[in-house]
Parts: sequence; structure tokens; C-alpha cells
Amino acid sequence: MINLLINGAEHQVEVPEEMPLLWVLRDYLEFTGTKFGCGIGVCGSCSVLADGSPIRSCITPVSAVLGKSLVTIEGVAQQNKFLPRAWKELNVPQCGFCQPGQLVNALALLENTDEPTDEDIDKTMSGNICRCGTYVRIRAAIKRAAELSKNET
Amino acid sequence: MIPGKKLSRRYFIRNLSLISGGLVLGCELGSNKQEVELLTNEGAFHPNLFVELKTDGELILTASRSEMGQGVRTSLTSVIADEMGADWNFVKVVQAPGDDAYGNQNTDGSRSIRTIFEPMRKMGAMARMMLIAAAAKQWEVANDSCKAEKHYVVNQQTGERLFFGDLVEAAAQQLVPENPTLKNRKDFTYIGKELPSIDIDDFTSGKAIYGMDVKIPGMKYAAIARCPVTFGTVRSFDAADTEKLPGISKVLEMQRVEKPFGHLGGIAVVADNTWSALKGKAALKIDWDFGDNDSYDTEAYMQTLRENVTKKGKLIQEQGDIERAFQQADKIREAIYELPHLVHAPMEVPNATARFENGTCEIWAPVQAPQITRKEVSELLEIDLQDVTIHVTLLGGGFGRKSKPDFVLEAAWLAKETGAPVQVIWSREDDIRHSYYHAISAQYLKGGLTGDGSVNAWLHRTAYPSITSTFMPGIVHGAGFEFKQGMTNMPYEIENQRFENGEAPAHVRIGWLRSVYNIIHGFSVNVFADELAIEAESDPYEFRMKMLGSDRIYPSDNEYKLDTAKMKNVLSKVAENSFWGTDLPQGHGRGLAIHYSFYSYVASVVEVSVLDGKLKVHKIFTVADCGTVVNQNTVRAQLEGAAVFGLSLALFGNITAREGRIVQGNYHDYEMLRIHQTPEIQIEVVQSEDLPTGIGEPGVPVIAPALINAIFDATGNRFRSLPLKAHGLV
Repeated sequence: MINLLINGAEHQVEVPEEMPLLWVLRDYLEFTGTKFGCGIGVCGSCSVLADGSPIRSCITPVSAVLGKSLVTIEGVAQQNKFLPRAWKELNVPQCGFCQPGQLVNALALLENTDEPTDEDIDKTMSGNICRCGTYVRIRAAIKRAAELSKNET
Repeated sequence: MIPGKKLSRRYFIRNLSLISGGLVLGCELGSNKQEVELLTNEGAFHPNLFVELKTDGELILTASRSEMGQGVRTSLTSVIADEMGADWNFVKVVQAPGDDAYGNQNTDGSRSIRTIFEPMRKMGAMARMMLIAAAAKQWEVANDSCKAEKHYVVNQQTGERLFFGDLVEAAAQQLVPENPTLKNRKDFTYIGKELPSIDIDDFTSGKAIYGMDVKIPGMKYAAIARCPVTFGTVRSFDAADTEKLPGISKVLEMQRVEKPFGHLGGIAVVADNTWSALKGKAALKIDWDFGDNDSYDTEAYMQTLRENVTKKGKLIQEQGDIERAFQQADKIREAIYELPHLVHAPMEVPNATARFENGTCEIWAPVQAPQITRKEVSELLEIDLQDVTIHVTLLGGGFGRKSKPDFVLEAAWLAKETGAPVQVIWSREDDIRHSYYHAISAQYLKGGLTGDGSVNAWLHRTAYPSITSTFMPGIVHGAGFEFKQGMTNMPYEIENQRFENGEAPAHVRIGWLRSVYNIIHGFSVNVFADELAIEAESDPYEFRMKMLGSDRIYPSDNEYKLDTAKMKNVLSKVAENSFWGTDLPQGHGRGLAIHYSFYSYVASVVEVSVLDGKLKVHKIFTVADCGTVVNQNTVRAQLEGAAVFGLSLALFGNITAREGRIVQGNYHDYEMLRIHQTPEIQIEVVQSEDLPTGIGEPGVPVIAPALINAIFDATGNRFRSLPLKAHGLV
């Protein structure tokens, strides 16, 4: 039996230890917000946070995250309510499929940087592909979320 | 389960009039009280297939086209809500299943708003008129002294108000108006404004349900090994290693279905989870019969295409005397343009979930063509159309790939064969290697310039495997609809023109990809126009304005006609927005392109620098005229996305084949633009009251040629083939 801590709640699941976290989340735990995009860790759709750092769950065996605190897209708003708000204000998503991965990486960025520069955004977000091409809005929404957060505090 | 609706019997009875031939009002058969009462027996006012109003005011509107990022679930339903006088906050959107009752549901060709804007308005207007009639009756006033706004009917004499929800029963008693009166444009509340996506909260919380997020009790997961060469077959296979793995439930051989959208066949591994299915597939040992296409080599093929456009081709269209004009010209310019195959690669790979029970089949899938999917499944499983239900999920991108339901047929067949619900999921490699590819092409253009710098002759030869080859195997020539995508309807006023088509047999499945042959013709025509401008020592903007000539309206067989005045308008606006003609630093340059497609007019300017041999795209300016705009935000988003899509194909897009096998396999070797490579994008949408025209695709074709022209402006180097990565620029 494998124990996972996801968005603050414990989950138990019986799967082989080498199964990538992505498929454990999607096929066994109903966390379907985390997406399969490439299977080789190059598109970012499957991103989740493990102890605050973004990982590619499609190439991470579930055994590698035991004891770590995971955040999936379903837990992003709980960590940073400004991100979904900014995404909505700027109507960022088109098809929306890559956005969970984008938001998870944006969350990691804002956890470490109060006022991300364009360079910060390029560095953190360049691992995430959006085939619809929402990049201009993603950039603006990250800055907007940072601004909303600053205004509140 | 996914949000969606299932058609009950009464809808079929009621909406026979919607079947085929375009969408008409769903009320024709039901314009009597009895029929309307039948529709309200669930405590809701249900005047037509698209509108359902509940007593608490909840308004359930149906989207009949597939949502793949173009915002159609929001735009189409906001049109209904606007006409109805409804408050958007009460709106819930459900997705129509694949059914002829909804009129054509094919979500492609940039035509959802264009073709059903007016019908959707009528659906809303019908509901509004019945609600008003109900309230007027209660107040004992004339209908025209009432109006509907924000979910209330208002008595304009007394100011009294009745909530929509409280009018449900009375409205259902009203006669269905035969010809609903549409609102005056100035009274629009949502049309032309900026509603956010109805799905925005689901998108940002992980709750949005795409095809691969569907779960059915008892569902198995399947991965399929398909022949690396198109239409190859299985000679024999050994599944011993696969069957030893944990979680594997079945290994089955699948026969190819020899139809345009038939599945490719192969070996299917059915398992308890996706990972086991993918691992099981990798462990298969298969002896393939590669068949006739195993000699397909895109490099050699391009050589043949080049030869086929440097000799006389099949005449497509002609005007004047081109040979004489070339003899009379002062200068002649010739160029060959070569563009590779492309693939859609939507973020969500093809996938489908199917359940077969008691002779009926239920499908959940991200499809652009739910009615075609339904028909194909019914034919494959040999069951009645009525016994196939197609639930359309959200699509994680489509771009034309998901118009072809081959992946759905795989799931349907496996569900029937195994007796368990099955979800078929493609790997990214499957997606890149077994697609319906955008055609590889070569084009030859020859132009004549007279002493005053005007163009007197224009010869355009195009050669590419045609989409029709997918439907009629063996065909080697293009089709009229393909030539009209930017070749024969190019907008320049040139006295002598000739259009020819060279031979090009297909060795892979050819399909449509966002903006289709407009990509290739938009490229060659725009780059060649630039080359002529340089040859004529003219400014490319001034030269194009001159080439566009007089204000003309092209003849066509429908109400949409190319109007060169509109083309000039977008061109002059983009020049102004981009500060065309002003100085740029050394190593920087601007390029422009214009294109008419899907009845819309688009002009773009791309601004670049090439320093130390490396290209950087700084800015893209796009101006589009797509007639009446329903959602300003969505239209801008489509043009922003099109700019990125266009840059991706210009910089990286390249599908090659060697020994019949597609060389690329994933996003590392079929690259996409990423955020750090994305320029500033500025969009202007022309405000217009003309008929709405396409917007999902028309922003794409201008980007690559404008980029090529910008690089020339910056460096003096003219690139005539893509991708630019192959030229070492990125």
C-alpha cells in the first residue's frame, strides 16, 4: 500500500512503485486535472508540486514522492487564490488542457518570487507548451496575480 | 460523468425539421399548444432544442459545436441569451450529443459563428417572444408594450416586472412564433462584448472534463501498436512478454477498416490502467508487412514535387495571355517554395471511451465531428444510428485532427470485442506518427514586371498531395476547394494570370490542419509579392497596395465575396499600427503579409532581429476583419493563438518520412513555440456590422510569410523553405 499526501489530504493506493505518479493520480485517485501530454517530461502538462518544487509526474515513479507534500491543480486555489482569479480576469485559457500544468508552475514561481520579471517567467514557464498559444496572456496573468497578492497584503 | 445531454424521443419527433440542409427553427412541427405542453412536462419552458428555462430561473442552453479552445460554448450560447433578454449569470451550458437534430455539428472550417449565428439568435428570440406574450397576457397589455431584459419581462407602461422563472408555465402555453423578430443591434447586451469563457472556473481548477478524463465503471485502458508505415499490416506477433506484465487483461489483433476515417488496425493491449497498457504495447514483438508506402522518403519526394512544378502542370484557371505578357515584361522573377508536412499535435492526444451493451454503443470522446463519428461507429458495429450515443467532451485542442474519428472507432470496436468499457489512449508518438498530415508542397511562381513597376503576369503552380486522396485513394491532383485556399482567389489585380497543378500522389493519410492549404498558398503568394516588390525597387507595403488595384468584389456562388477594399483596409491599418516605414536598428526588420481565408481578411506585420545569425521575433501586429464579432475577447485570443501557431510552423514545423516511417515522435523533435520565444502580439479587430465570417483559422496563413519577409528586410537573405530551424536561424 502506498500513502500519498495530496493537497493536504492523505490517500492510499495499491499500485506498483515504479508506476509514474501521473497515472496513479489519474487512473486510481480521480485527480484527472493533471494531464498527460507527452510522456517524456517535455511539455509540462503533467506538472505537480512535490514539497513546493514542480516535477513532471509522467516520468516520476510514485515511489519518488513518498513522504512528500504534493500539490495538484485541484489544490492550486487553496495555495494561491489570486492565480485562478488573474487567469479569469485575463481569460487566459483557450482549450484549457495545458493550463493545469501552467498554473502549477506559476504557483511555484510566485511562491519564490513576489514580483516576477519577464526573465523569471521565461525561466520557470518555458517547460510548458501551450498549443493554442496563450503565452502572452499567461505572462500577463502571472504578473496580475502577483499584483493582486501584493495589493491584498 | 461528463456534463451533457441525452436526447429523448420527444426531441426527435419535434425537431425533424432540423435535420440536414442547415439549421432551421425547431418549432415548425411544434407550432401548436399540444406539442409545447409535451415539452414542458418537467416543469421547464423548453421552446426549442437549444433553450430550457426552469422555474428557479436557471437557463440551460445547448452548445451544438465542439469546444476546442475557440470559445464556441460561450459565444453560441451568449447569442441565444442576448436575444432572449436573459441574464448570463443564470446560464448553464450543456453540450449537445452527436445528432442530426442539431443541424450540422462539424466544428471545422471556421464556420460555427458564420453559419449558426442567425439560427441561434432565432432560438433566443423565440423564447423571448413567448415569455413576453405570457407576461403581457397576465398584465392584459399588448405584447409590444413589454420588453425582456436581465431575466425579467418589463411592462414598459407601468414598470412592473415578472421574473423569467415565474413565467415558465405560462410561456409554455403560448404559441410558438413562426418567424421570431430579432433584436435591434444597438440593444445587444452580450453580442460584441467580452464575456469570459463559461468554462473558466473548470479550466483553472482541474475540473474541466476532456476525453481522457472520462471514467466509466469497470473501464479498461487500451494502447494500440500501429504499423510504422501507413497502411502496413500485421504479419504475425508475439505477445508473450506483454502477457507476463502485471495489469494486462487482453491482447487483440485489430484489422484496419479501409475507409477514410477507418482505424488503422494493429495490436491492441487492454489493461487495468494506462501505464500497464503503454508498457504492454512496448513489449510486443510484431512482424509487420509494411506494404507499398515503405519507400516514402520526404526528401526524395520533395525533389519530385520540385520537378513537377518546374514543368507545365494541369491547367486550373487562366486569364489573359500569360506567355505574351512574360515576353512583354521588362523583368521576370521566378521562385520555388518548399514546405514540409505538418501535424496538429493538440495537447490532448487522440483518445476515446466506449461502452457496448445490449446492442447499443455509448461513446465519450473529444471529437470535432460528432455526427460523422456516430455514423462511422454505427457502420463499424453494424448497429442502428439511434443505438449509438456520442457524448462530446471538451477537446484539449483539435486543429482538424479530431475531425477524423479513427481513434473513436478503435475504442468502439474494442468495447464490443472485449465486452468491457474501454478507453483508448494514444501516446504522443502515436499522435505524431499516425496522423492525417498537412500536405508537403512545392510551388513555383513566375511574375512579370513592366517598366512602371506593375505586375503584368502571374503564374502559380502548386503541387501537394490532396486531401481528396484520403477519400479517393490514388488521386494525384488537387481539388478546386484547395486551389481556392489562397491560390486562384489571390487578391491582386493582374491582367494575365495562370494557375496550374502538378502531380503529387499521397503516401500518408492527408488531412486538414488549421487553415489547411491557405498555409502553403498564403506563404508563396505573400513571399513572392515581396520578392516582386524588391525586384521593382518598391516598398513592399506600397507595392501591395498598388497590386491590389481598384476596389473590386470577386464573384462567388454564395453571399460571401472577396472585397479588395476590405483587404486594403486591413493592410493600411496594420501598416499604421506597426509604424511601417519608420527606422529600425541595424539587424532588425519588418515583413508583412495579407490573406483572405474563411471569408475573413487578415494582415500581419512581423518585426524581427537577426543578430549573429540568430533570429528573434520581437512583435507581431495583426489586423482582421471578420464581420460582426460576437465575443471580442475570443476573437483576439484566436488571432493571438494563430500568431503563435504560425510561428511554430515557421520556426519548427517539420514532419519527415524515411522508409515510410515518420521520423519525429514527440515534442522534443516536433517542437512548438514556447513562452520565452513568444513575441509581443498586438491585435486589432475591424468593427463591422457585416455578416460574421471565420476567425479560428484566418490568422495563421499570414505569419510565416510575414516572418520570411521580415528576415529579408533585416538581412537581405531570402528563405524559400520552412522550417527556419533547418536554416540554422533558431
